[in-house]
Amino acid sequence: MEARLKIRNTKSLLFKGLIVFLAFLITIPLIVVLLYIIKQGVMQVNWHFLTHVPAPVGEPGGGIANALVGSILMVAVATIIAIPVGILSGIYLSENPSTKLAYYSGLCVDILQGVPSIVIGIVVYLWIVKPAGTFSAISGSVALAIMMLPIVIRSTEQTLRLLPPSLKEAALSLGVPYHRVIIKVIVPCGFSGILSGIMLSVARIIGETAPLLFTALGNSFLSYSMKKPMESLPHLIYTYATSPYDDWHNLAWGASFILLMFVLILNIVTKLITRKWNIQL
Amino acid sequence: MEHTVISSSKFNAWFGDNHVVKDVSIAIEKNQVIAVMGPSGCGKTTFLRCINRMHELIPGATAKGSLKLYDDEIYQMNPIYVRYKIGMVFQRPNPFPNLSIYDNVIAGYKLNGLKMPKADFDNIVEKSLTSAALWKEVKDSLHKKGTFLSGGQQQRLCIARAIAMEPEVILFDEPTSALDPISTSSVEQLFHELKENYTLIIVTHNMQQAARVSDKTAFFYMGELVEFDDTKQMFTAPSDVRTQNYITGRFS
Amino acid sequence: MKNKRLDLSYSQMKWETMFRKLLIFMAALLVLVIIGILITLIIESVPSIKALGIKFLWSKTWDPVQNIYGALPFLIGTLLTSFIALILSLPFSYSVSIYLGEYNPKGWLSNLLKNTIELIAAVPSIIYGFWGLFVLVPVIRAIEMKIGVAPYGIGITTASLVLAVMIIPYAASLGITLIRMVPASLKEGAYALGATRFEVIRSVILPYTRTGLFAGVLLSLGRALGETMAVTMLIGNTTSIAGTFKDLLFGPGNTMASVIANEFTEADHTEYLSALVELGLVLFFVTVIINLIGKRIITRFTQH
Repeated sequence: MEARLKIRNTKSLLFKGLIVFLAFLITIPLIVVLLYIIKQGVMQVNWHFLTHVPAPVGEPGGGIANALVGSILMVAVATIIAIPVGILSGIYLSENPSTKLAYYSGLCVDILQGVPSIVIGIVVYLWIVKPAGTFSAISGSVALAIMMLPIVIRSTEQTLRLLPPSLKEAALSLGVPYHRVIIKVIVPCGFSGILSGIMLSVARIIGETAPLLFTALGNSFLSYSMKKPMESLPHLIYTYATSPYDDWHNLAWGASFILLMFVLILNIVTKLITRKWNIQL
Repeated sequence: MEHTVISSSKFNAWFGDNHVVKDVSIAIEKNQVIAVMGPSGCGKTTFLRCINRMHELIPGATAKGSLKLYDDEIYQMNPIYVRYKIGMVFQRPNPFPNLSIYDNVIAGYKLNGLKMPKADFDNIVEKSLTSAALWKEVKDSLHKKGTFLSGGQQQRLCIARAIAMEPEVILFDEPTSALDPISTSSVEQLFHELKENYTLIIVTHNMQQAARVSDKTAFFYMGELVEFDDTKQMFTAPSDVRTQNYITGRFS
Repeated sequence: MKNKRLDLSYSQMKWETMFRKLLIFMAALLVLVIIGILITLIIESVPSIKALGIKFLWSKTWDPVQNIYGALPFLIGTLLTSFIALILSLPFSYSVSIYLGEYNPKGWLSNLLKNTIELIAAVPSIIYGFWGLFVLVPVIRAIEMKIGVAPYGIGITTASLVLAVMIIPYAASLGITLIRMVPASLKEGAYALGATRFEVIRSVILPYTRTGLFAGVLLSLGRALGETMAVTMLIGNTTSIAGTFKDLLFGPGNTMASVIANEFTEADHTEYLSALVELGLVLFFVTVIINLIGKRIITRFTQH
């Protein structure tokens, strides 16, 4: 009996050791990747790097200004498209949980969350690029906006559901019309939750390459036109990383470092907001 | 006979197929305190929520029959306008957590986009808070959030918020059920002062409260208005056996 | 004053009705987007479906120059990389779930580890691909030389390894939540009978959360199937199927997503483009179905 108990306890401890070991082991690849990108990239970054377009092969210098501008522009336009659609449909879903339309649009949000980004790229190519006859930044923004929607919708919906119904009743009983109740009371009360959803979705799409391959394509020159092809950070990394030139690889390491910083900062700020307001996403 | 403010005849309300208010006919006079009581699920709250058309906000809720504010059919009026005229105070104090005490009082104006000079707003805030017996307690902290106040103070803030809109009638849906005894008595004292200017309709399942604060009492049972009479009369000599049973505690 | 308010309330009513319609429109728009995606994919696949029919799925040859299209190499590539990645990731995602769900659910260390795991999913896939190409590929090449297979470096194994790391957070974060939901009374019942911690985990916690954890595995699988950039950079992009299993495993290959990424902008005639869109359609169906099953299981699990 004693001996058996000892064996069982040892087994339990060994199991715990294994679990702890594996759980922490998995952070190593992440740490290795992060450190490697920082090590390779941080040396590339300087003012010149941020303000110049890539230099042709063989010429020294060059930077990622075209990709930086392109990423910021396309993500900004995507956010402008996704915010009204996402927040309003999130409001609809939280306000009318039991209608048929809510069931089907909820289902569509779930579906959209699972659609591979490359498929979104194909569809937006067929919707916008093919009819227009040209790759364009705006089509890239549309593809990114579609990818943002599920996160914005779900975070809006979940935040608003946590608000007490008495809040809405109080406003309605003062003769405040429905749209003003939502815009002036409900949305401000859930603002931080909605905001963190938007930031999370931006953090997710800023690194997306696949939806841009057939939409915004890329552009080795600085372009501000939404109707023309535009470079982006992830696309620049893809093309330059798979090129055979060391100079271009260095450019891609620098761009990876910048992209990584964007993603890390967005994620950390989102975490701080949600912690401060104690909202579970 | 005094001027009738709210009157209904053969008024019915449903939740889907559930008939919760049945053929209610009542006439409520100006500047009185009316208590509405009855066991849970008797339709008293639903009837109250019909008066300022909050009932219809629940999906599947319908109403039929005549319900008037003075001579106007409430169900043919603009619901937003109805709610200007008939204010409401809820079971749990629900000040807007994102607004200061000051902004909570004038929330009805602010949220509706009604613009006024600041002096007018200052005036409304002081008058409403004074009427709600809260001015002395909060006049130095008007720009703090409303949620910092105690439960009783929050409920009086909600009353001030309703008063600020200058309604004809104020509906109270079990206004003290979430409050401690001291806060309850502070709110009850208010009722006596408020009836000078307003008509109050108070849903309560606390019989002592009904007896303490009201001029007239309506007794609801299974969706019907069983009896509506002077409070004293009702508690001493009820005319219906169901009322008798209720006030002697034979069913709850 | 009275009239001003009455006027206002009428104009407000108009806005209110418009606002409600706007909400309904936005919710309907979502449904339209999904239907639009589906219809677009189907219509554009028609030329390919007409020309090749169902045998598209198991034809071995993909030769755009000869106008011959068969999806089998990509199906094999996708399934192989996804399942290898899934199997490699499972011990880790289960360990993370058990550790953060049961052994150490609170405190700074727990939070730090949880945030780190979530960060794995936040790092863009292009960065994993880039890192893999320059760091992992030489390592794999050295290993391949030692064990005597063609030292490509890139290939199915390399892609699967990176993929395995990338998909861990999806199963893990769900697993943590589910294991934390196991009622304390159940665990206490077992402890009261003298069970050790390991025995409680094995015979109470894991059986109780089994279906939910399976849903997490499905979500990870859905991610793996649709993952594009890291795989495209690491898999080698070869459309032929290798002869022996060992060559298949270590040799270069292609997945549905990677062949689309590589060839879509080069597709210069209708059938070629259509065949690629049809691959996208297949990918859409497979990932959506897997995701929906996963979501359905989670909903059912958390409700009961």
